[in-house]
Amino acid sequence: MSKYFLNYLDELESEAIYVLREVWAQFQNPVILFSGGKDSIVVTHLAKKAFYPSRIPFALMHVDTGHNFPETIQFRDDLIKELDARLILGLVQESIDKGRVAEEQGKNATRNALQITTLLDAIEENKVDCAIGGGRRDEEKARAKERFFSHRDDFGQWDPKNQRPELWNIFNGKHFEGEHFRVFPISNWTEMDVWNYILRENIEIPSLYLAHDREVVYRNNSWIPNSEYLILEESEKIVTKKIRFRTLGDITITGGIESEADTLDKIVQEVSAMRKTERGDRTDDKRSETAMEDRKKQGYF
Amino acid sequence: MEISNNQLLRFTTAGSVDDGKSTLIGRLLYDSKSIFEDQLEAIETTSKRKGHEGIDLALFTDGLRDEREQGITIDVAYRYFTTPKRKFIIADTPGHIQYTRNMVTGASTANAAIILVDARHGVIEQTKRHTFIASLLQIPHVIVCINKMDLVEFKEEAFNRIVKDFENFASKMLITDIRFIPISALLGDNVVNRSENMSWYQGAPLLHTLETLHISSDLNKVDARFPVQTVLRPQREGYIDYRGYAGRIAGGMFRVGDEVIVLPSGFNSKIKSINGPSGELAEAVVPMSVSLTLEDDIDIGRGDMIVRSNNQPNPSQDLELMLCWLNNNPAKPRAKYTIRHTSNEQKAMIKEVVYKIDINTLGRSQDDSEMNMNDICKVRIRTTQPLMIDSYRENRMTGSVILIDENTNETVAAGMIV
Repeated sequence: MSKYFLNYLDELESEAIYVLREVWAQFQNPVILFSGGKDSIVVTHLAKKAFYPSRIPFALMHVDTGHNFPETIQFRDDLIKELDARLILGLVQESIDKGRVAEEQGKNATRNALQITTLLDAIEENKVDCAIGGGRRDEEKARAKERFFSHRDDFGQWDPKNQRPELWNIFNGKHFEGEHFRVFPISNWTEMDVWNYILRENIEIPSLYLAHDREVVYRNNSWIPNSEYLILEESEKIVTKKIRFRTLGDITITGGIESEADTLDKIVQEVSAMRKTERGDRTDDKRSETAMEDRKKQGYF
Repeated sequence: MEISNNQLLRFTTAGSVDDGKSTLIGRLLYDSKSIFEDQLEAIETTSKRKGHEGIDLALFTDGLRDEREQGITIDVAYRYFTTPKRKFIIADTPGHIQYTRNMVTGASTANAAIILVDARHGVIEQTKRHTFIASLLQIPHVIVCINKMDLVEFKEEAFNRIVKDFENFASKMLITDIRFIPISALLGDNVVNRSENMSWYQGAPLLHTLETLHISSDLNKVDARFPVQTVLRPQREGYIDYRGYAGRIAGGMFRVGDEVIVLPSGFNSKIKSINGPSGELAEAVVPMSVSLTLEDDIDIGRGDMIVRSNNQPNPSQDLELMLCWLNNNPAKPRAKYTIRHTSNEQKAMIKEVVYKIDINTLGRSQDDSEMNMNDICKVRIRTTQPLMIDSYRENRMTGSVILIDENTNETVAAGMIV
């Protein structure tokens, strides 16, 4: 690092730390939305730095669809232990059992959209006034319009056409009772920045991101992992491939890519040569051109 | 790949409705190979459906459902690309709806502004408006792209005439670095690749210009300013007496051992340690997030500012501001608002509207004191407690404020301290 200016990764890091400290200063009961994916892992790592030598002052909230990769859950539990942090669970299964939501039917059924209700219920029950997320503006076109401090009304909804202007680095988190904020400290990071940072900081990530042999089926141009929830079409067959995942969502919707990248170094090399966006392998985004916007308006991550 | 020492450059793009702003951004992303195959496929499909020949680069910047349906841009969108030399963040601001509000937002953090001029129409009212906002927000570098050169047969005279017109009106504004580039966003001339149609142009193409702008001096590296965000008091073994003042350096540089004063209380002390994101540092520079510890136990909290004893901001309760109104509800005369300046929050009252700027003629009107959405006025305000201010020209971080309406909690105005 030069003495008189920061390189881009240091600048992004300082920006994110600044945002996390603003959250702590402006809200009563903020949590980190933790999915076990690399972005929420990076946010958690940044929170550790922002408050050092104090502990992370945020609880980690996990909206658990029940359709997890077992590796993700193991990773989550280990991290919670290491941080000595509190875990708040929102269980989609519970929302289904209570009749708050109904399970989708058919081959392409997922619990992705059901998470919205569970998330909003968990926010309300735990009186959370700020949920910190790992969303990035480069991920998706609706996210490109997102603020660092993003207001949600008392129905948890986002109004993209009527957002508060956000100037300089002055963030306005003022809100009325029942409303909450979503805050995105790594808004300005790209997938490449996240990987470069993970490599630089040597941050531990779930093994799913590294190339490994797995039973998969080819569907919608990507490799969907075999699991107890998978319903096979007649024409589909299960094969074993060396794959890795670029994003981690539910096991039912997260497609892997064929890859030999089994170290962080190799992943960074691979991502820099990548010609497809990371969400290109997520079937939840493929449902329509505005699938993300529509879910976000209702209160999605 | 090695992690490089590349810098980050933020720029904003301003243009009128049909001057090819979206095409330019699409071209920058496309020619710098920042567009992924699945994005390209999606755009190809849409282009075909809409009956375009080839691919319409402008479609890359479409975002929300309403924008796609109506073919307009509603809000600032952020886009990212990287070259081997730099990382770039584009604040893509819409050309018409709530124009001023959006451009002010995009401009507030920008190192550079790209202003688009249609080569056929030359400098028009909107061009002046965009340039004025770039100067008002003190964007350090302005790049004027004279676009659609293909429609004026790539003629040097057309370019020169516009440059002359532009320099004429811009000489009245506070712009320190301004450059002109003749381009065709549609055909790609002088965007990423040098134009073969305009051999008379000796300067660099747009991307090369963005890659080489000197931006290390864009932040104030002289006047050390540290607004305290929060205090770290770890209740754990080994750190029982630890008090760390957490914040992001808003100006200059701090070193261990520096004589500092805490404002507004006025207590003096010395910097004992600086903790950066990756451990202890001997010194730290703007815009780094750090936490400081001091030699003496002083009562310090959020909103206080730590500065060097020999270089202090002005404590002031009466501020003169250039204020841009951002809300549908007009400013109420003598109404009270919450004012945010760095991490400090006070109440403020707008005491007087000195004049309003007619954004089209840039004339000043003294009789019109009503502030509506998108109006820019010079105002005098009074705050309940002194703020530790610098002028906006000296420091964009310690020279800026926002006003918040207590009834709605909305951010209603952005102010630059004169």
